[in-house]
Amino acid sequence: MGPSAEIQLIAVVVAVACALPGVFLVLQRMAMMSDAISHAILPGIVVAFFLTGDLGSPLLILGAAVTGLLTVALVELLRKTGLLGEDAAIGIVFPALFSVGVLLIARYAGDIHLDIDAVLLGELAFAPFNRFTIGGMDLGPNALVVMGVILALNVLLLTLFYKELKIVTFDAPLAAALGFAPGVVVYGLMGMVSVTAVGAFDAVGSILVVALMVAPPAAAWLWTERLSVMIGLSAAFGVASALGGYQVAHALDASIAGSMAGMAGVIFVVSFLAAPGQGLVPQFLRRRAQREAFGCTMLIIHLLHHEGLENAAEECSVRHLEDDLRWEHAFASVAVRTAVGEGLVQRDGDALALTRGGRAEAHRRLVVT
Amino acid sequence: MAWAARSNPRPLPNKDAIEMTEQPDMTPDVIDVRDLTVAYREKPVLWDIDLRVPSGVLMAVVGPNGAGKTTFLKAILGLVRPAAGSVRIHGEPYRRVRSRVAYVPQRGSVDWDFPTSVLDVVTMGLYGRLGWIRRPGRRERELALRALDQVGMESFADRQIAQLSGGQQQRVFLARALVQDADVYFMDEPFQGVDATTEKAIVELLQELRERGKTVLVVHHDLQTVPEYFDHALLLNVRRIAAGRVEDVFTEENLRLTYGGRVSFARAAVKA
Repeated sequence: MGPSAEIQLIAVVVAVACALPGVFLVLQRMAMMSDAISHAILPGIVVAFFLTGDLGSPLLILGAAVTGLLTVALVELLRKTGLLGEDAAIGIVFPALFSVGVLLIARYAGDIHLDIDAVLLGELAFAPFNRFTIGGMDLGPNALVVMGVILALNVLLLTLFYKELKIVTFDAPLAAALGFAPGVVVYGLMGMVSVTAVGAFDAVGSILVVALMVAPPAAAWLWTERLSVMIGLSAAFGVASALGGYQVAHALDASIAGSMAGMAGVIFVVSFLAAPGQGLVPQFLRRRAQREAFGCTMLIIHLLHHEGLENAAEECSVRHLEDDLRWEHAFASVAVRTAVGEGLVQRDGDALALTRGGRAEAHRRLVVT
Repeated sequence: MAWAARSNPRPLPNKDAIEMTEQPDMTPDVIDVRDLTVAYREKPVLWDIDLRVPSGVLMAVVGPNGAGKTTFLKAILGLVRPAAGSVRIHGEPYRRVRSRVAYVPQRGSVDWDFPTSVLDVVTMGLYGRLGWIRRPGRRERELALRALDQVGMESFADRQIAQLSGGQQQRVFLARALVQDADVYFMDEPFQGVDATTEKAIVELLQELRERGKTVLVVHHDLQTVPEYFDHALLLNVRRIAAGRVEDVFTEENLRLTYGGRVSFARAAVKA
């Protein structure tokens, strides 16, 4: 496998591993917790690194997981005082922990690979150079092996505890009443997020981890009304972000991680605009169709009320719609055009008259409403 | 609407049950709450509540806003930690009788945009019986469908929950409690935001549960309908004002104690 294929594979594995726990973060309206955790794990990594002296040590992941859970606990503790909201609590806890990590690196680890740029942005392009070997045998890039294990773990946990995650996310009090400790499940999820974030931050950096955890699930939620489909779509969007991002980075000679996050953003924006049902464009089209139908109905009922009366000629005219019914010009033209188009109204210059079908339709509408 | 049309004569209150309340030492009550005190940061929300409820009782929990009605249910179910007191259900702590207890939280307590179907929500009532890790299967699906049938919502099984009206949401929650086949039910405002037809249908279901010997505690907001719907009532305002048969506890004096100055409102309820 060449380096470019390896990089793309790492990108795909990272994106899917992030999207899976991300689904539940987004559904629990705790998306910003991924931001908090992915930053706050830094001191945990640094301390574990000082203890082991090895950037590849699994202890780093453990250190990160512990700090991640500490972040969640501290946020929860602050929130419970009732003195500040969850958003403010997150905003206080994670910069505090992150700054400890930054200071530790700057003061004691200035000369090693663990520099702040790499932490924030990662560098996927260098990932293939760092190999994972056992007894001299090359098993692939280190990042691929680590993230592969994390992805497998996420899939396993999600499969085993799908039901528990679902009920705790949807209805925590009921989950508690039924004996599924929601605290344990939520902390388990946060542990997953922490471990995934530390595994991924080496490849894509701590800021972009957030994009991969939040954007694909948020986009997927707009397309579906089933949790299982949402999970599958999130993973698919993650894969698309990874592969698309790689192509963009290649074409622009830019950061791979940055392009992946950008791609995830593009997928979200497209979903936001186009997703059937909830997307802005389908919503706009639906509203416009409703508006047209409503205008058309109002028009034929107005004509029905006035046809045959002595002032019918004046009442049943296009000009009258704007002058006396106070319809806007655009609305009046659309209503007339729709009604004429559907064969409900006949137009003769400025004069309007119901067709036989239009009269029947107007009567029917009146009965219904 | 077969469900709404089902007729259900209102039975007489269970006389034995009432005697049991008065001689609590002879037969264990289904619900036995003693000296229950709940406080949020030293501010008492519930003060020293004692309550014994025999089986086969449909009891309204009434009181003004902030009286601690929801907290009372949550404390019984171990969802909030009491500062003092004990709760026994069938003589056992709640965690040992979970499978015999069903809970209907307030409709507004969940996110109805959650991507799931009606049938799925009802199936959640069976998760407790399944325990950790085991997934619901065909049997659970059938039980959930049957519960949906009981509340007249079987044709909505595959509907996304965001598309439901308030009354339909409430019925789905009710089905989720029914599917548990418990003997004690705690319901937090099941009539909130439902239309008159649905309210009537829900009342019939509750009365049917009582006839089958179940014990049902319902947080209720509308004083006027208490004598019509319920046979027992707990009047609550941080402390227990009164509890027992509706005709005994629904006095002007008690209602004034519960609701403070709003006497005319209370008087209307007594006459109702």
